[in-house]
Amino acid sequence: MVMVSTPATADTQVALSEVEVLRIRNDFPVLDQEVNGSPLVYLDSGATSQNPRSVLEAEQEFYELRNAAVHRGAHHLAVQATDAFEDARATVAGFVGVAEDELVWTANATAGLNLLAYAFSNASIGTVGGEAGRFALGPGDEVVVTEMEHHANLIPWQELCRRTGATLKFIPIDDDGALRLEEASRLVTGRTRILAFTHASNVLGTINPVSELVRLARAVGALVVLDACQSAPHLPLDFKALDVDFAVFSGHKMLAPTGIGGVYGRRELLNAMPPFLTGGSMITTVTMEKAEYLPAPQRFEAGTQPISQAVALAAAANYLRETGMERIAGWEASLGQRLVRGLSAIDGVRVVGPAAGVERLGLAAFDVAGVHAHDVGQYLDSKGIAVRVGHHCAQPLHRRLGLTATTRASTYLYNTTDEVDLLLEAVAQVRPYFGVAGAGASK
Amino acid sequence: MSALDAMYQQLILEHAKTRSGSDLTADQAAAMPEQAGVGQCHQLNPVCGDEITLRLELEAAGTQPTVKGIHWHGDGCAISMASASILTELSEGATPGELDEMIGHFRELMRSRGRLEPDEEILGDAAALAGVAKYPARVKCAMLAWVAAEDALRQAVSTSS
Repeated sequence: MVMVSTPATADTQVALSEVEVLRIRNDFPVLDQEVNGSPLVYLDSGATSQNPRSVLEAEQEFYELRNAAVHRGAHHLAVQATDAFEDARATVAGFVGVAEDELVWTANATAGLNLLAYAFSNASIGTVGGEAGRFALGPGDEVVVTEMEHHANLIPWQELCRRTGATLKFIPIDDDGALRLEEASRLVTGRTRILAFTHASNVLGTINPVSELVRLARAVGALVVLDACQSAPHLPLDFKALDVDFAVFSGHKMLAPTGIGGVYGRRELLNAMPPFLTGGSMITTVTMEKAEYLPAPQRFEAGTQPISQAVALAAAANYLRETGMERIAGWEASLGQRLVRGLSAIDGVRVVGPAAGVERLGLAAFDVAGVHAHDVGQYLDSKGIAVRVGHHCAQPLHRRLGLTATTRASTYLYNTTDEVDLLLEAVAQVRPYFGVAGAGASK
Repeated sequence: MSALDAMYQQLILEHAKTRSGSDLTADQAAAMPEQAGVGQCHQLNPVCGDEITLRLELEAAGTQPTVKGIHWHGDGCAISMASASILTELSEGATPGELDEMIGHFRELMRSRGRLEPDEEILGDAAALAGVAKYPARVKCAMLAWVAAEDALRQAVSTSS
């Protein structure tokens, strides 16, 4: 039995080795370049990941050999394209442990969360009756999220509540960035209809206890929506084993191109849910007055889909599967610990999220006392190091931490310990460069 | 001098620390002033969270009003803070026409991607911000206080008789 939410520890053989990582790097053409006179050190995979050659080739091959609209037309290419598109769905569904008819293509996780919020919204205004009633929200109902959510898993629920009269509540975090579970059990009540939370925080690196939260939701009959945007690329994942009702993820964070992502939903839920986007390709019978809808997943895939991107996402899933998600998670866990230990040891640097030695993703967001994150990022860029600066689409979380912006270094399977060390070396020079560290200014 | 050093000149880093004019309190920033000849504007860069509320006060001096002072409340990167500080010092005693010209020239300079040379006669210390123009992602940081001043000036002029 594979552990589904815990990355393997790095000191066992289940982690990638440095030699394998160096070999993996050769598969990623973009990594082989100089930036501002130094070799590129790409530590921004939390924002978007890079693509291995097999993914780029899969997309190109689709256009060179099979390009056509899917699920319509009887010609040879249409059949080939439809096969490639649906094979891709089966591959990606298998990658996250679900059946192929339970995976809906979307543009990305944000689009997936909006799809769910708008489907619930449509159920709430009674555009369709019957089964859809179970998703209807109104005054007195509650949606519960967490304080560490990305705006993508916050604002769609704010808007849903505004439209339906439901109330939004959030589970607070403690100073180390862990959810306060005692508060969670107080907040999730008989009024809770939806519990939406991130599997892993894009800022803190915290990995949330999915099973405990699912248990709270199950006890009160609430639906569970999991934002797997930061976990699908980095941890072995099985949505069935996690027992969530819905989950979303983005392809571009897991080695695929932009414009493709997925929503998982339990089959009976997807088929009972009203659609969000409507139009071509999602209907059975249409009259001038009304339309009947196809079952899931097509019911949620109106219009021509991102076909080549889906094919490329399947190639990415294959690349990750062949490399081994547990071994990737193990490697990244060790990079994450190296980041926390190294950064925390630098004068004036405060890492947010779990302390060293505590489980976290292979990323670290930090504050450099006296230097704004934007200036930190600029300095690192001058050394060829790419990081993300700002609030990382999590303003409420930053407010909770008493910060407006942080600098985030986020790793992936192609990052080496040397790259982490280059970052640490450069961060140690930031305060002297900006003249806030007292003696030893290097200018 | 590297492009980075050209952007973060000593003068800039000093202004980022001294922050001339950053004596508007949070309470003052939260309320719009109602006196004639005073304007106030809040600007936010949603990308990085740089934020400024800038108050500009005109005083009657002879035939036309001049800037009595700029006071601001804000937080942000070294570039945005230095830029606000330099603007505060530059604008004192300027006529609305002169300040408008400064803002216009500064904006042109920032949008030039490094192709324009700053006119130091007009811009004074703000000429030191020319290096920012080579970093398109940072132009907004440098412009933040100037955009706020432009709007505050417009309000101040419209209420001063």
